[in-house]
Amino acid sequence: MRKIAIYGKGGIGKSTTTQNTVAGLVEAGKNVKVVGCDPKADSTRLLLGGLAQKTVLDTLREEGEDVELEDIVKVGYGGVRCVESGGPEPGVGCAGRGIITSINMLEQLGAWDEKFQLDYTFYDVLGDVVCGGFAMPIREGKAEEIYIVVSGEMMAMYAANNICKGIKKYAQAGGVRLGGLICNSRKVDNESAMIEELAKRLGTQMIHFVPRDNMVQRAEINRKTVIDYEPNHPQADEYRALAKAIDENELFVIPEPLEIEELEKLLIDFGIAS
Amino acid sequence: MPNKIDYTNGLPDPSKLKEEILAKYPRKVAKKRSKGMVINDPAQSQEIGANIRTIPGIITQRGCTYAGCKGVVLGPTSDIINLVHGPIGCSFYAWLTRRNQTRPAEGEPNFMTYAFSTDMQDENIVFGGEAKLKDAIREAYDMFKPTSIGIFSTCPVGLIGDDVHAVARDMKAELGINIFGFSCEGYRGVSQSAGHHIANNGIFKHVVGNTERERTGKFQVNLMGEYNIGGDAFEIERIFEECGLTLLSTYSGNSTVESFAYSHTADLNMVMCHRSINYIAEMMEEKYGIPWIKVNFIGADSTAKSLRKIADYFGDEELSAKVEEVIEREQLKVKAVAAAVKPKVEGKLAMMFVGGSRAHHYQDLFTELGVRVVSAGYEFAHRDDYEGREVIPNIKIDADTRNIEDLVVSKDEENFRDDLVAKKAELEAKGYEFKEYKGMMPDMQKNSLVIDDVNHWETEKLIEFYKPDLFCAGIKEKYVVQKYGVPLKQLHSYDYGGPYAAFGGAINFYKEMERMLATDIWKLVDAPWKNEPEIVGSVTVDA
Repeated sequence: MRKIAIYGKGGIGKSTTTQNTVAGLVEAGKNVKVVGCDPKADSTRLLLGGLAQKTVLDTLREEGEDVELEDIVKVGYGGVRCVESGGPEPGVGCAGRGIITSINMLEQLGAWDEKFQLDYTFYDVLGDVVCGGFAMPIREGKAEEIYIVVSGEMMAMYAANNICKGIKKYAQAGGVRLGGLICNSRKVDNESAMIEELAKRLGTQMIHFVPRDNMVQRAEINRKTVIDYEPNHPQADEYRALAKAIDENELFVIPEPLEIEELEKLLIDFGIAS
Repeated sequence: MPNKIDYTNGLPDPSKLKEEILAKYPRKVAKKRSKGMVINDPAQSQEIGANIRTIPGIITQRGCTYAGCKGVVLGPTSDIINLVHGPIGCSFYAWLTRRNQTRPAEGEPNFMTYAFSTDMQDENIVFGGEAKLKDAIREAYDMFKPTSIGIFSTCPVGLIGDDVHAVARDMKAELGINIFGFSCEGYRGVSQSAGHHIANNGIFKHVVGNTERERTGKFQVNLMGEYNIGGDAFEIERIFEECGLTLLSTYSGNSTVESFAYSHTADLNMVMCHRSINYIAEMMEEKYGIPWIKVNFIGADSTAKSLRKIADYFGDEELSAKVEEVIEREQLKVKAVAAAVKPKVEGKLAMMFVGGSRAHHYQDLFTELGVRVVSAGYEFAHRDDYEGREVIPNIKIDADTRNIEDLVVSKDEENFRDDLVAKKAELEAKGYEFKEYKGMMPDMQKNSLVIDDVNHWETEKLIEFYKPDLFCAGIKEKYVVQKYGVPLKQLHSYDYGGPYAAFGGAINFYKEMERMLATDIWKLVDAPWKNEPEIVGSVTVDA
């Protein structure tokens, strides 16, 4: 089983990209599990057709220790096993600790048992790695491959670079590696070339360039992935291509994060359209 | 018997010892620790590094901020429910460990025998613990109907951002009793000292001045920084009563929140442990005009001196006569015991590393017995407790200190005692000293080694060098020291003894010293591994 975590700046489209890519893998006959690591619990909405999921932490709170795997794993589009870690309301408690508790609980309950014959687990993690809890998926071998969703916008690239620092930290202790950058286009100047260059400097690759298309938004309003909602649309093929690239990926590296000056120079060199 | 250094011509110069201790440390650590070790010269003003962060990895004696707030200052108060917001261990392991005694009045409650905790679980960390805290307050109220509840924040509370002060306000409104919170998370300061300050602030803000009280005595006083370990406060209270002094409140040995509330009606504040309580004394002077003086009731002569100082303050002939009468009568008993014990213990060597004032105060008792204090230091004191209050303006205010709120206090126009301000000015003109503490170092002998925040490595080197007859510290040091064949007297909990304060206490202490020092038992036993190897085995080395 391959264990993959998706990171990236808040609002960059991690959950959308993850679910659409998962749909592509499922279509190709893969057995996938998605673990949402965001207190908002919206990482599996498109696969489940709505926010119907009861989170691990809510279940734990209401049922006490007497939790069954069936209570927290819901099967969605194409047999994807969906879990939402959940967490506190904004401004209270500790969401990071929540993720740790939740992943430990899943492990204890045998969520990764052989009998499920999983090919993939995807961890969809909220925004930046703000504290230890959010790094849980890349610690202790929970996830082995990381993909960072990024765009040509400056702050997204800053965030990607920062996440690489986190990966580097844990890569030396554990086995986690960076699999590549997924460019989720914001239609900024020279976007593809710039992200390819950023990837090169980090020592990795841009694994796919996902163009911006309103179809994604339309599918989302209908609580579906593009492949599910409009399988013949060109955007569906983009996600199929991304799924294929991940499935065939063999380039796993310990990234070399850039110095801030270097990153800014990259932006100046590429960001000004010639 | 190991050979001792000859002390007849004063203490030996411990420069080499200091060098040896520092040689073991990495360069930066050595630099820092060097500032915390001063070879004393009472003729000079020397600076010591104190109230600074302990270096990670060093086995320190210090406790945490929570321990200072909940355990030390509020722990000995009997009519308040001290509710710990946190995992259960923080409450359980801080439960009655300091041997603070109390004697609640007939029909009054005593909550000290209970351990109250919100027993935070993983779930409360993730989702926040405020709801559980409210439930715990309601439950405690329903069961015990207290008049006040204090909430003490442990480390995780600060990390997850539970607002204990907002909860306190809400619950105060709901239940109609006094409820207040302390942000005394363990990591808030470099030691328990930060917790003392936070506790002082909380009591001053939420309790002092809440109620008025008709005058019940001619000479109304508060005793501050006395925690009734082993019954010390009872002995002091007995003496005060006989002298005709009306003790309104003690911060906080054998105390009640009820008495804190009207303690602003006193005529004089007497500060014993300067480190832990000077903040309230200062704030009460600013707000109510009550002057404070430093006193010490550890040691019979110090007790007599302190009592005379109080009598001088009031300037009442009848009081002075009564004080002299009590001193004379008590000293007769004390001197008789001292005369019997002193020949057996005179010339013995002691060292003590404890507290924020005890390492100083107890030297008076040792002096009375002719026991030499060769080395001493505090766990959590600041520079002023070593060097005297005159250095306060020169103490560097670092980030750790700024982390603790400094209350802005303004004058209470209605209750301000202009008469006491005038009295103070008049006495000061005659040379009477108010708010004065000269610290420990001027009272110690030349070449004695003063060490702040001593650690286990240093402790071992000290024992090897001085070969003391007695070591005074706490439970964390007790058994390590005793394995060296040196008896250890706990000056936090007094082991199982006490009281050691005032005249009766001095007698108890002399007898305890006779028991511990006038015996060779510690020199007669050898550690078994010194004579027989612990493990017997053979080694084969391949050529």
